[in-house]
Amino acid sequence: MAKRDIQEVNAGSMADIAFLLLIFFLMTTTMDTDTGLTRMLPPPVLDDQEPPPPIRERNVFEVLINAQNQLLVERQPMALSQLRDAAKEFIENPLNLDHLPAKEMVDVPFFGTVPVTTNAVISLQNDRGTQYQMYLAVQNELQAAYTELRDEISRRQFNRPYRDLTSDEQSAVRQIYPQRISEAEPRNFGGRN
Amino acid sequence: MAKFKKKKKGGSGAINTASLPDIVFMLLFFFMVSTTMKEVEMKVITRLPEATELSRLERKSLVTYIYVGVPMRQYQRSHGTEPRIQLNDQFATPEDIQSFIAQEREAMREHERPLMTVSIKADYDCPMGIITDIKQALRRAQALRINYSARQGDDLAYNF
Repeated sequence: MAKRDIQEVNAGSMADIAFLLLIFFLMTTTMDTDTGLTRMLPPPVLDDQEPPPPIRERNVFEVLINAQNQLLVERQPMALSQLRDAAKEFIENPLNLDHLPAKEMVDVPFFGTVPVTTNAVISLQNDRGTQYQMYLAVQNELQAAYTELRDEISRRQFNRPYRDLTSDEQSAVRQIYPQRISEAEPRNFGGRN
Repeated sequence: MAKFKKKKKGGSGAINTASLPDIVFMLLFFFMVSTTMKEVEMKVITRLPEATELSRLERKSLVTYIYVGVPMRQYQRSHGTEPRIQLNDQFATPEDIQSFIAQEREAMREHERPLMTVSIKADYDCPMGIITDIKQALRRAQALRINYSARQGDDLAYNF
């Protein structure tokens, strides 16, 4: 009996074991593609710093959110669903209205000389009681306004959406629609802490 | 019965599956290398808010996380039910953030320090007060690149 040929070791179950390990790792680890809204915070204000010069009223788009998650845009109550269009109108000022930001002629590569609302600033202020989701939704809408405007002009000029442009073209588009969302120094204006 | 025996004689042998484990091991190694273990034990509940205009966070090594939310049930007795900050594995106050950031920055390679990003993973139902405190602390710590962590939502024409 011992003289007979040794049989091959059956490795069929090896695959099962490996699959088991594979599934274990699939379950316990995360690919975790972290996504989110990226923002830059302003540098800290020093005590001896001079206050910045005031910005003219027409160049500021004021967005306030109170503790009840209600929006006040340019002193008018507004629903969140209208914010994107309002912001787009403010940034672009298509009809050259007097209460919307002033335009300046700017030389931009690829585009030539175009009118740009160079001094337009969106100012966002929230209460300490505002819900985080509401705050993020407002940030999201403002970002969306910029994204849509940039996409529109990219399609008109290059026939491609903004994200498919080369980095030179993207920076030209960014020159026309620079993203300026400023967050006011926190203030407690109303409601619970 | 005779029929079956005849067939067996003519058929080729069993398919050799010896390389199957190799293939699976290869997959296994791929997942072991490309994924990360969940690093910290969560002590607060963070149900991420939704957004649509998301950008992806590249390069994990540059990212520092701050978790904000209501403590999980087993910690509520000792830490209350108000939203709290979690840094690494511990509960913290906004005052701790500055030293935490300094410490994290110290652990980075020198040329990567300016690229440091702080990801705020906060529960959607937090009041902004605590987030504002964090933001002010980050400004003082000169950690200005931040990322509000959110997950992809439907069009947010929403419930507000």
